[in-house]
Amino acid sequence: MTDRTSATPKRVGLFATCLVNTMRPRVGFAALKLLEDAGYDVAVPPDQTCCGQPNYNSGDRASAGSFAESFIEQFSSFDYVVVPSGSCASMVRVHYPRLFDDGDPLKAEIDALAARTYELVSFLTDVAGIANVGAQVDTNITYHDACSGLRELKVKQQPRKLLAGMSGIEIVEMEDAEVCCGFGGLFCIKYPDISGEMVRKKSDEIVKTGADAVVTGDVGCLLNMEGALARRGEKTRAYHVAEVLAGMTGDDAS
Amino acid sequence: MMHVTSEDFIERSKRAIDDKQLQTGLLIFGKIFPLLREATAAKLPEFEELRDAARDIKIHTLQNLGTYLEAFEARVTEAGGRVHWARTADEANSIVERLCTEANAKNIIKSKSMVTEELELNDHLIGKGFNVVETDLGEYIIQLRKEKPFHIVGPAMHLTAGQVSDTFYEAHKPLGRTEKVEDKAKLVEEARIVLRERFKNADVGITGANFLVAETGQITLITNEGNADLSATLPKKHIVVTGIEKIVPTLDYLSVFLRILARSATGQETSNYVSLYSGPRRDRDADGPETFDIVLVDNGRTDMLGSPVEDMLRCIRCGACLNGCPVFTTVGGQTYGSVYSGPMGAVWTPALASVSNAAKLPNASSFCGKCEEVCPVRIPLPSMMRHWREKEFEAHLTPAGQRWGLGIWAWLGKRPALYRAATNLAGIGLRLLSRPRRHMRMVTRLPFVGGGWTQSRDLAAPTEPTFLSQYKEGRRR
Repeated sequence: MTDRTSATPKRVGLFATCLVNTMRPRVGFAALKLLEDAGYDVAVPPDQTCCGQPNYNSGDRASAGSFAESFIEQFSSFDYVVVPSGSCASMVRVHYPRLFDDGDPLKAEIDALAARTYELVSFLTDVAGIANVGAQVDTNITYHDACSGLRELKVKQQPRKLLAGMSGIEIVEMEDAEVCCGFGGLFCIKYPDISGEMVRKKSDEIVKTGADAVVTGDVGCLLNMEGALARRGEKTRAYHVAEVLAGMTGDDAS
Repeated sequence: MMHVTSEDFIERSKRAIDDKQLQTGLLIFGKIFPLLREATAAKLPEFEELRDAARDIKIHTLQNLGTYLEAFEARVTEAGGRVHWARTADEANSIVERLCTEANAKNIIKSKSMVTEELELNDHLIGKGFNVVETDLGEYIIQLRKEKPFHIVGPAMHLTAGQVSDTFYEAHKPLGRTEKVEDKAKLVEEARIVLRERFKNADVGITGANFLVAETGQITLITNEGNADLSATLPKKHIVVTGIEKIVPTLDYLSVFLRILARSATGQETSNYVSLYSGPRRDRDADGPETFDIVLVDNGRTDMLGSPVEDMLRCIRCGACLNGCPVFTTVGGQTYGSVYSGPMGAVWTPALASVSNAAKLPNASSFCGKCEEVCPVRIPLPSMMRHWREKEFEAHLTPAGQRWGLGIWAWLGKRPALYRAATNLAGIGLRLLSRPRRHMRMVTRLPFVGGGWTQSRDLAAPTEPTFLSQYKEGRRR
């Protein structure tokens, strides 16, 4: 029995992430829609902030631990925590447990919470058992495998499966879909020349496919590729996979 | 202490990115080797299990390092060889110098060895008046050009045939070779002819070792050119210089590494020459050196034992992490300012030099994780780069602006209302800075650190208030 067929809906806490919250709010609403359509009781804890990855990856381990403690306060009451980002989901699922020693009073709680935390698309396929989202978008796309989701959470076929099941979509695979786009969090502003060259190579591969849009699971990578494509005048669009799966790709610029 | 110039990493990376020829040279590492690796690995069903086994053997060996090294020394001594222990680079260089002096040596030939690059042994010996010639083709070329290795497996693979032609022409003119050779096969032929004379006249051959076998006291040399075998057998004296972490317990265990090394490095099923050596020539042997000395180098390695970077000692120097690394394949090895480059170099270098010297290296990673994915002994390279970043942060070496920013961010993280206000403001600010472009609003120029972003890309400004504020007002879809 999957979650969808159980009597009382399971409670999902949606962790929006900083970049979705600030830069691409629509991704958050797309995630809400997908989770509710899948039969979950979804809530967005209002006092959520950041997962602490910028601090963690900059060597500021103590601050990362305090972000983790806030996260426990916000999310420990949920059956699941779902994140529309492989990178932030992996911070919680893979890295939070490493921030607490075995003797720490919060260790058991963080381990359990980490195990209940999922990246959005793999949650929909692997936990909710969704095979088809029923939306339609007429476009051909290419999919970029964002690194943390791919390598730390094994997100690879799940988004392709759901996208391929939508009517109107054709997936054209790019070469080097698994190669880093050069975002890397603070990496892109600490090493702008290297990051810029990496996203130039990525843009070349995207454009070569002739796809209308590049789709990925992380807003950081998305903004990076979108911005690089725009800078060189390409018409290629960039979407978060949740926007596409929820059928929310319409233009709303004003 | 190893000579490290990593503080110039960013400047050198800019030059490397603008160097079209270098970028073409990098394709063999970034594209061809990974494709070959995948193809050969796919043909070996047990490849992933071999990687697990190799990791486990290394973990076990490192836990019992002293035991295996002593066993190795005993077997070497039984076979008539000598083991010398060197705590530091200086000690190692002095031992090699003494051995060469004792033998009244003048001409020394070397086969490729990253440990001797780490020790800067050539500079030491040449400074003492010895004539030292590298015999691996790539190492020979960069020695003539006075460069550091570009890559731990392909030290000169960034160079074109034209560059090699110029280098050979200048270097070989005094030997009477006044005709300029351009054809690749002829260049190799020229190197063979010149180096053959060096081999014949050498008093001492210095090699590294890919592995040491505790059970038998043997050293393993793995090459594609056979030059290491000539270095080990032609001169009267064979000196092996290698790191203490190269030990494996038995020949059976060695076979596990032999099956993954070449596949991970160059995508070959095996390298052209795999040889085992133990001790000097015996009475019944047809050839071989009269003396067999092994210099076992610590140079910071025992400090890594029991530390958070202990796993790095599993490294078998295949270079797969360099080839997989999108940063290495964008900037090349010489940008790192250390003989060890790429992800493995970003972890080794701070351990061998110091965090303050090498801070740029563990930071120069997007943490994409490809290095760990391809490492044949499954070294968690990103975690260890993060460890060095933590050491840097603890020592207050992280740039002040960055520290300040991280501090503010952590402070906001504990104050949700202020966090929401700050993200709202950021969204409004970006929208003000943006201009309409097609169906979106784009920021083309950001102030302060944001300039790093807009240097090579635009930023799509948010077109609506933050998700949390809209959710609070009741929007659900």
